[in-house]
Amino acid sequence: MAKRIYGIFDDEEILMKAIPVLRSQGVVCREVQSPFPIHGIDPIIGTPRTRLSITSFMYGILGTSLALLMVWYMMIYDWPINIGGKPNFMLYLNLPAFIPVTFEMTVFCAAHGMAITFLFRSKLLPGVTAPIPHPRVTDDKLVLHVDVNDETKMDQTVNSIKNAGATEVLLKSMQFS
Amino acid sequence: MSGLHEAVVRDPLILGKKDYHQMTEDICRPIEGKANKYWWASFIVAFVAMLWGFTCLAYTIGTGIGTWGLNKTVGWGWGITNFVWWIGIGHAGTLISAILLLFRQRWRMSINRSAEAMTIFAVICAGIFPLFHTGRPWLDYWMLPLANQFGSIWVNFNSPLLWDVFAISTYFTVSLVFWYLGLLPDIATVRDRCITPTKRFIYGLLAFGWKGTARDWHRFEEVSLVLSGLSAPLVLSVHTIVSFDFATAILPGWHTTIFPPYFVSGAIFSGFAMVLTLLIIARKVLGLESYITVQHIELMNKIIILTGSIVGIAYLTEFFMAWYSGNKFESYAFMNRAFGPYWWAYWTMMTCNVITPQLFWIKKIRTSIMATFIISIFVNIGMWFERFVIIVTSLHRDFLPTSWVMYHPTFVEVGLLIGTIGLFFTLFLIFSRVFPVIALAELKSILKKTGNQYKKKGV
Repeated sequence: MAKRIYGIFDDEEILMKAIPVLRSQGVVCREVQSPFPIHGIDPIIGTPRTRLSITSFMYGILGTSLALLMVWYMMIYDWPINIGGKPNFMLYLNLPAFIPVTFEMTVFCAAHGMAITFLFRSKLLPGVTAPIPHPRVTDDKLVLHVDVNDETKMDQTVNSIKNAGATEVLLKSMQFS
Repeated sequence: MSGLHEAVVRDPLILGKKDYHQMTEDICRPIEGKANKYWWASFIVAFVAMLWGFTCLAYTIGTGIGTWGLNKTVGWGWGITNFVWWIGIGHAGTLISAILLLFRQRWRMSINRSAEAMTIFAVICAGIFPLFHTGRPWLDYWMLPLANQFGSIWVNFNSPLLWDVFAISTYFTVSLVFWYLGLLPDIATVRDRCITPTKRFIYGLLAFGWKGTARDWHRFEEVSLVLSGLSAPLVLSVHTIVSFDFATAILPGWHTTIFPPYFVSGAIFSGFAMVLTLLIIARKVLGLESYITVQHIELMNKIIILTGSIVGIAYLTEFFMAWYSGNKFESYAFMNRAFGPYWWAYWTMMTCNVITPQLFWIKKIRTSIMATFIISIFVNIGMWFERFVIIVTSLHRDFLPTSWVMYHPTFVEVGLLIGTIGLFFTLFLIFSRVFPVIALAELKSILKKTGNQYKKKGV
């Protein structure tokens, strides 16, 4: 079982330079927690490209299909009504009038589907307790999660993290909230 | 990492000597401290106005729509005017958060949170009018496509009024989700600064357990980008559909093809005016002058010039087309607008919407906070009159002179407008005490690019 320790950094520029240096020394850098998005850190820490935008597209297609099915069933199949002489016996003849509702349903499903998927994927739900190793990780501190597999190398790892620019190294999380 | 910094050529968007912690302190201060006397004064005024509005609403529900000044000829009046006005105001929030995000305009980050909140509150105010204009609001669920026992007849998907139901409910819920997802990291910041356990528990629930890992941020940014991409056409579609409420009718004065773009630019125009009115007060009361700077105000004023000019051209085009079409009814409707019994409304609209925003061509005026504030109020008034003119002047002189009437609002209708303004400000004031009014996390990510002391020569 690897032991997780936390390097606390003050500046994202130092952190981004530190990760490749630490990795070249054999330190296992797992994750970064930060109070704001650090642009350019994804390739450094190795975050895989998210597929959320693809899910959004699929939810959108679902919304379009549901909307077309709904208007076809209600206006063409179940109870066709002559409204201002508009054609009511084939879906494609009356389609122009159904475009607004179809568009809105597409956006509705794409947006909400993706938002809900995001919340589940990142485990963000009411009642979830956030792992906060340092009380200021949502304020101005950046936290680098490091796994130490061999406990005898603990001091050596802590020193390399400090040399790479960390202001302090926490040996265990100050679980806060 | 020289790419992180920006040259001195561009003016900084964050003034003063700030670091990440100082930004947290500045932006969380209005939530954590006690409310000052300006906050209480405005809250009491807004709250009383809101209560008066609710009283008028209760009277409308209890007695009926007959308490309004509507008659057989003028079936839409003050209520629908307010509806279109509020929906239009809401659109600036989506424009700032979605369209300016797609255009990578960094200055939006100081104002997008409050503009999005404004969108949500404006749509709440707007929704009240059509919901109660139905006369029997307890039957409003008839607008939904539900199976029913009245002969399995469905809602009419050919009708723009039903498109409105779909458009506005989509717009409201998507804006709400967009706003709330953006709030998550900032609520987490507030959560981790809370001192009392009760507050920490409540903000902990609201923050959904936000932890801010690199993966979360990566997904967060992707979701923001895609939601903006969805919101941008959504906002255009919503006001287009609102304009279809009029444009698909055969009434002279309403039946014009330029309505969709004309309504959308009018909506953005009035929305930016309302953002300015709100933020000029908020930056002062909440002490956020370093984040919402004169440069932000100037940039918003430039958008006001653009959209105001589009609106002005639309007015002239309508008038020209009325003459050029050779249609007698069309020309009459427009002559009646400008020189008929409602001339004062028309010329108020023309002055406020066409002339006053042109003053922003002068740099001294668009960088003056006082002048901007006054002009923004003029624009709000002018855009309210625009909807009034479109609705009432097109209706009040029917095809038959025997049914020509004047429309006079009653105190109930005026009370409802005052009430929604009260509701809007009450909600905004509560919001400013509960959530950070500036997108803190996003703004921190551009501090080094555009912060005053991080600017570098020769980068």
